[in-house]
Amino acid sequence: MIEFFVDHYAHVSLSILIGIGFFGMVAKRNLIKKLIGMSILQASIILFWIVTAEKDDATIPIIRKGDGAVDPTEYVNPLPHALMLTAIVVSVVTSGVAIALLVKVYRNYGSLEEKDVLGQM
Amino acid sequence: MRFDLLPHAPVIVPLAFLVGAMLAVLGTLFRPRWAQPLAVAVSAFATLVAAGGLVHVLAEGTIRYQLAGWRPPLGIELVMDPLSAFLTLLMAGVGLLVLIHSRPIVPRELPGRETAFYAASLLLLGGLCGLVLTGDLFNLYVFIEIVSLSSYALLGIGSKRAPFSAFRYLVMGTTAGSLYLLGLACIYMRTGTLNMADFAAIVPEVADQVPVQIGVVLLLTGLALKSALFPLHGWLPDAYTDGGSTATALIAPIGTKAALYAMLRVTYFLLGPALVADGALVADVIAYLGAAGILWGSFLAMSQRELKRMLAYSSVAQVGYIALGIGLASGYGFIGAVLHIVNHACMKACLFLVSGNLRQVVHHSYLPNIDSSVRRKMPWSMAAFSVAAVSMIGLPPTAGFFSKWYLALGTVEQGRWVLLASLLISTLLNAVYFVRVFEQIYLRPAREGAGGRPASGEAPLSMVVPTVVFAVLLLVLGVGNALLVDHLLLPMLGGGAS
Repeated sequence: MIEFFVDHYAHVSLSILIGIGFFGMVAKRNLIKKLIGMSILQASIILFWIVTAEKDDATIPIIRKGDGAVDPTEYVNPLPHALMLTAIVVSVVTSGVAIALLVKVYRNYGSLEEKDVLGQM
Repeated sequence: MRFDLLPHAPVIVPLAFLVGAMLAVLGTLFRPRWAQPLAVAVSAFATLVAAGGLVHVLAEGTIRYQLAGWRPPLGIELVMDPLSAFLTLLMAGVGLLVLIHSRPIVPRELPGRETAFYAASLLLLGGLCGLVLTGDLFNLYVFIEIVSLSSYALLGIGSKRAPFSAFRYLVMGTTAGSLYLLGLACIYMRTGTLNMADFAAIVPEVADQVPVQIGVVLLLTGLALKSALFPLHGWLPDAYTDGGSTATALIAPIGTKAALYAMLRVTYFLLGPALVADGALVADVIAYLGAAGILWGSFLAMSQRELKRMLAYSSVAQVGYIALGIGLASGYGFIGAVLHIVNHACMKACLFLVSGNLRQVVHHSYLPNIDSSVRRKMPWSMAAFSVAAVSMIGLPPTAGFFSKWYLALGTVEQGRWVLLASLLISTLLNAVYFVRVFEQIYLRPAREGAGGRPASGEAPLSMVVPTVVFAVLLLVLGVGNALLVDHLLLPMLGGGAS
């Protein structure tokens, strides 16, 4: 049992993080807290991708000219990192749009508590 | 020059929209009046190129466009096959007509924010075209998020309630995007590829591995949430009702369809036979959720008193039809689903444009207050409404009949009577809620005091023409559906699905 957690500590902790993110989005009634949960969820998925690239005893994927034949097992897979740069951009933009909408909500209703806003509708 | 252009159509169409969006921000910040002509010009150009691309693809076969010279499977490729070429044309064409229609509405509903509105619209259309054309699963995610982000922005600038509804939509949409990305990570772990064609070749070897199965389920759940498939449709009615007329007319017909198209790609062309292998429940689940959504959406649409809200609930039902077609996992199901994507884009666009016309002329779209004075005032809009509504109910010769016909054939072929029953019952329900409106438009006498107003008060020409064009398109699509099926859809079936 302990060994399972030690061997898969990255996946276990990321699952917990994903759970926290979902909990924040679903259960919290404050809109900013929902947004925080959303950011945690996005960050945990980005980390999950990075974990998929990991290999034992591998180094950064920079190959110098003249190294000759390349053994792919010696290098970390660079593709997930490149992809996650894009995903980070997406999550930053999403947060930006979300905060802009929340500013509008606050101006219209004077509150960011879901209950208050729904009460005024 | 023209012949040099067409092989590059897959990249030109989305790029034109994206560049147009930037130009709209930079060039018209101080001249908001120019934003609409610019947006229309950009979408007209993109529509022309998309049409040219379709002709080119039909004549010379699929175009595979490698971005930045990186060869797939590592690089991103854009694939313009008959299906994606046609849907690109659909997205750009619907966008063009809705943007023409928006000329009088946007300055009235969103004074001072024309520039932002048209920039976001162009971004949305660019995202949609890219989403349809891409041949890479991660690139698909990026385009889905471009579409979603511009939808949040478009729906957020509307009535007082709009920002709140848009925020709820954003929370759901981001959850969907995250699920998709998580599923993709699971798939990538095992297959090591993100290219669609490459993935389709690997699937038979990895289909029985647990991470891949979990990944596929997460990915499809994400797409189902984005497309508002029952029971994940909760965000849709509020977001559509509170958004501006033009924003809804852009997003409802083609925005949610994009996620369904992605689902269609994943199921028919990536999973293919693995989708219906022994014990694989995925297709069944999609089909029955689709059927449930059809009934649920239709029931709720019946009880709505506001035209836009009624149309929003009927969108939930229409998404159900398409999902049902996807879930059938057969030739008929595929044809029905694609035809319904096309038909519903035209029907819903037409109906939402009519609701925009109503708001422009009589300043409301509240159904109980609509009577025959409206029809006398706006004969063309109401004629277009009638054609689109008849098509929604599914009477020949309008387009709606044929997609439902193929779906029904698909259910009969597999002997799935529950699904067939839900199709038929929903037709009746559709008839109930649209015939109620017909009765008001054509039979209910005008109330006292309404007779004094001038008899002719049709919406401006720039609004009526796109509305009528959609209505005519519905008849053309209905009569010409055999051409579509023979030239576009059957060739696609030969390559991919079971």
